[in-house]
Amino acid sequence: MEPSSVNNLRLRTPEGITFALPLAGPMTRLLAWMLDVIIVGAVSTLLSIAVALLGWMASDLAGALATIGFFLLQLGYPIATEWLWRGQTLGKRAFRLRVVDAHGLRLQFSQIAIRNLLRAVDILPGAYLVGGLACLFSRRAQRLGDFAANTVVIRAPRLAQPDLEQLLAGKFNSLRAHSHLCARLRQRVAPEEAALALSALLRRDELDPLARVELFRELATALRAKVEFPPESLDGLADEQYLRNVVDVLYRPKTAGL
Amino acid sequence: MILDLEKFFAAERPLWAELDVMLLRLEEHQNQQPSLDEVKRLHYLHERAAAGLDRLATFANEPETRCYLESLVARGHAEIHEQRGLPHRLKLFEWFFMTFPQTFRRHVRFFWFAVAVTVAGCAFGGLALLFDPDSRHTTMAFGHDQLTPSERVKKEEQSQGARIDGRQAGFSSFLMTHNTRVSVSTLALGMTWGVGTIISLFYNGVILGAISVDYIQDGQGQFLAGWILPHGSIELPAILIAGQAGLLLGTTLLGRGSRIPLRTRLRAVSHDLMTLIFGVALLLIWAGLVEGFFSQYHEPVLPYAVKIVFGLVELGLLTAFLAKGGSGHMEAPGNPKS
Repeated sequence: MEPSSVNNLRLRTPEGITFALPLAGPMTRLLAWMLDVIIVGAVSTLLSIAVALLGWMASDLAGALATIGFFLLQLGYPIATEWLWRGQTLGKRAFRLRVVDAHGLRLQFSQIAIRNLLRAVDILPGAYLVGGLACLFSRRAQRLGDFAANTVVIRAPRLAQPDLEQLLAGKFNSLRAHSHLCARLRQRVAPEEAALALSALLRRDELDPLARVELFRELATALRAKVEFPPESLDGLADEQYLRNVVDVLYRPKTAGL
Repeated sequence: MILDLEKFFAAERPLWAELDVMLLRLEEHQNQQPSLDEVKRLHYLHERAAAGLDRLATFANEPETRCYLESLVARGHAEIHEQRGLPHRLKLFEWFFMTFPQTFRRHVRFFWFAVAVTVAGCAFGGLALLFDPDSRHTTMAFGHDQLTPSERVKKEEQSQGARIDGRQAGFSSFLMTHNTRVSVSTLALGMTWGVGTIISLFYNGVILGAISVDYIQDGQGQFLAGWILPHGSIELPAILIAGQAGLLLGTTLLGRGSRIPLRTRLRAVSHDLMTLIFGVALLLIWAGLVEGFFSQYHEPVLPYAVKIVFGLVELGLLTAFLAKGGSGHMEAPGNPKS
């Protein structure tokens, strides 16, 4: 296991491959927990109504069922849901969080039980102060229960299938008319530069408009200096379009020119 | 070299999809053992996805695919490299009658330490009452300081169980849940390197010692034994076992003289901690039933001798269970002895 960066838990497989799990922050976890509290509260209310109805017939039995029911709900809800849904309660599911083993291994029932039973100390002296502070200062954003159980809470966003087609395919690329220059471009651009250009294109919608214009201007200027294409190929091409064409040439070398 | 992404995707995408489906099946049906061919295929697909991730990270920083592949590799890693026992259907009978006593014995020195701390608390509570009778208002919980033992015994015997009649189930369930909460807290306080657990055990001892001395001083020793023993012979050892679990957790955190990393030590004891605390919960269910339906009835409804003998028999059975339970069966491998 490698040291965690600020927001990621980096793990290294025996094959030497490193992958990162994005750690959940205390605020998202707090929101997920609050949603769970609301859910438990709602189910408790339903249980109270059922018990009140039963109380007409057998008040002692109803009282006993209520006491045990509330206790099991409070303690058993997170354990049962995290076990059944592989590390997710309803709150965690809603906020796309998941409890996982800190070594990236399969989550065990004992880990789920320990992390939830140790809430008793995380909740001290009230409002999850101990757990919250531990989470805030821990490199892996672990509360004490997570620490003892060797678990971490990660963000589990819905993963879309990668779709480069949408970005690169089906668009006219004026640079492809000069195959010898395209070949030279592939020869002169370093993989890191190509990766940078690709990242910029894929993340372009996340950028502020001004930053986006500035970034694409700088990247296009740097790439234009690598290979000089004839002016007619670049006529009317904005920096972003130019960059898209360059990335198309670099990453889709065998596509027929459009 | 810059990766030809289109060619790369065309070649790898079907394999990623196959790995995804295979992992989903394994995650959904954790009890099923995959065949050797399936394991080989899973290993191949995982290696391929890992290699793809490596190539992508080196030759094309494409974030979406990288996230997708990282997720696949992480899930595959969990399935392939997990060496702990596979989750199996819970065999409650086997777990309670074999695993629980075996686990108890494996860490018995912490139990004896918990006993010692509680006895020290008892001595403190008893001596405090002897030397300072006013301390009863501090050391006695649940309103025991409001009446003298003789007054309480008289009241209990006159009521002939009417005080509890019709609300045994509610009282029992309250006791079960309350005592389980206390036990869970005693375990959880082990996270303070065991200091919180020791304080909790000592405090329980103080209450027990003060009440015991109060009743014995007042000549109500027989009532006390008849009242406490039927449920206390299970409840008190259960709380002590919770203390044993808390001390085990605290000692694991301290790791005195151990070269094993903290996370590995915690991983090694997590199953034992869970076994101990769930075993305690089951014992407390029995103790709660006895306290609600049996302990609160006194003479003339139930002779004290019957209650005392019942409590002693329970204590004997519990001792035999913890000392001998599961001794003829092999213990799960890899469990550290403390």
